[in-house]
Amino acid sequence: MIDVALRHRFGRGGFCLDAAFAAPEAGVTALFGPSGCGKSTILGAVAGLLRPQAGRVAIGGEVLLDTAARICLPPERRRCGVVFQDARLFPHLSVDSNLRYGLRRAPRDAPGPAFEEVVALLGIAPLLARRPAGLSGGERQRVALGRALLSRPRLLLMDEPLAALDAARRAEVLPFLARLRDRAGLPILYVTHALDEVDALADHLVLLDGGRVLAAGPVEALMARTDLPLLAGRRDAGVLLPCAVTGTEGDLIMLEFDGGTLVTTAHPGPPGTRLRVRVRARDVAVATEAPRGLSTRNILPVTLTAIAEAGEAGEVFLRLAAGPTTLLARVTRDSVSRLGLRPGQPVWALIKAVTFDHRAAGDATGEPPAWQGRRDGPY
Amino acid sequence: MTAEEWMAVRLSLEVATRSVLVSLVPAVGVAWLLARGRFPGRMLLDALVHLPLVVPPVVVGWGLLMLFGVRGPIGAPLHDWFGIRLVFTTEGAALATAVMSFPLIVRAVRLGLEGVDPGLEAAARTLGAGPVDRFVTVTLPLMSPGILAGAVTAFAAGLGEFGAVITFASNIPGETQTLPLAIYSATQTPGGETVAARLALVSFSLAMAGLLLAEVIARHMGRLLGRAG
Repeated sequence: MIDVALRHRFGRGGFCLDAAFAAPEAGVTALFGPSGCGKSTILGAVAGLLRPQAGRVAIGGEVLLDTAARICLPPERRRCGVVFQDARLFPHLSVDSNLRYGLRRAPRDAPGPAFEEVVALLGIAPLLARRPAGLSGGERQRVALGRALLSRPRLLLMDEPLAALDAARRAEVLPFLARLRDRAGLPILYVTHALDEVDALADHLVLLDGGRVLAAGPVEALMARTDLPLLAGRRDAGVLLPCAVTGTEGDLIMLEFDGGTLVTTAHPGPPGTRLRVRVRARDVAVATEAPRGLSTRNILPVTLTAIAEAGEAGEVFLRLAAGPTTLLARVTRDSVSRLGLRPGQPVWALIKAVTFDHRAAGDATGEPPAWQGRRDGPY
Repeated sequence: MTAEEWMAVRLSLEVATRSVLVSLVPAVGVAWLLARGRFPGRMLLDALVHLPLVVPPVVVGWGLLMLFGVRGPIGAPLHDWFGIRLVFTTEGAALATAVMSFPLIVRAVRLGLEGVDPGLEAAARTLGAGPVDRFVTVTLPLMSPGILAGAVTAFAAGLGEFGAVITFASNIPGETQTLPLAIYSATQTPGGETVAARLALVSFSLAMAGLLLAEVIARHMGRLLGRAG
């Protein structure tokens, strides 16, 4: 496990961070929260760039920081690769030299991908001779990813690596991030305030607000909770469903999840493709009888298991069980009383839309999209 | 130009070059302390370094004479143990020039250093670079435009140092008589007006060339470092 426990107060009466969590030593753990919640501070303390007043950071039992035991390794000896929001490439060095900067200083016996492998993975071979000043934002961030990965770290820290990019550049870099996650076999702590990045990349989620950990756990489990305003209060609140493409029917694609099948017109990939879709609570309606003559294709028999407050006056979340899978529907309190909804009742869930938060388009190298063949996801 | 005038030009170039060589490394160190150091007495050091800018050069020369004279607290051991005498020598002229132009170099180097993004040094740390390593591979190259600008400015200013040199090293042709001193001597000599005018023109041209060179170097370095230049 990666154990992090930190306490730090900025100035007298200033922002106070008091956070502790454990992240698995595989996959991506996203630190998610609004701006100023302390997530970047946590990353800085793990990297060693910020020294907290009290705390402990350990990776698999190896202690990087323990203020009680007066241990505080300097960043250069922590072997935590950092990808900053602003790339921070060395402007006086070529892309090639930037990439090799960490590699030259890594312990010789440290495992990790070879230079050529990383260059191919990130598609940066044509950039090697160039200087950072001549690169686009997306290219810079890809080089920064490569540089961090080549320093042979035991942990990758990413501090909002896509936040400084526009939508097009984000879409360009995201698939590379996903590929890096799948190939690097490294634990990644990923700081973000963008939910679509969580959907696309994260296995684990640490939810932060005001310097404190609100909740931590597997992404799907946290997304299905209705008691976390940071998630449930959003317009795009809803569950994440791990699915697999099972077949096609004309223009339609069948997506199977544990408890049912969804139909969609999007083309996420050939049969066998595994992916994660977000089913927003506001896109789900319920009916007490099997509906007929509806344009909606996705009508699933489910059981209403609970009715939870939605935080907003007049609205509630319905928890719907489709086999072992939970769906959320957001309806008015009026509908609940009108239909006489109560827990335990079998109902029909009408799903108006399924959003693919991670459309990793196949890229120039002909590699399969990143969400194919994920090795160590939770499903 | 006469041989004597050429000698003054050559001597000026030599003194200015030596003064820059002597003060460059300490200037980088002092600039580092002033820009990054957090220690008591930082303000005092800052004031001390800038003193030659505000104190009359003659006073600086006199101070050097007191310190480095053959009976001074530094000059005596230098003379007695190593046989080095600085007063009335070319080396002495270089030392006086170095002290006078030191604040110019420090200021330029400090500006260069303050322009280095600490985030890049932090990035170097996370990539495994220790303090000396990251100074040499990241900080120094990135502040080099400041160092070069400081060196060239100090060189150009050093060509014309008068007060401190004449006080500490005197006005000995071929030994310590640099361009400004030769011009001064010429104006004191009956019929020396043309010599003074010629040397003044040379002095002007050298200073101008130095400043232009500094500008060209700064632009080139800026391009190399990927900044708009």
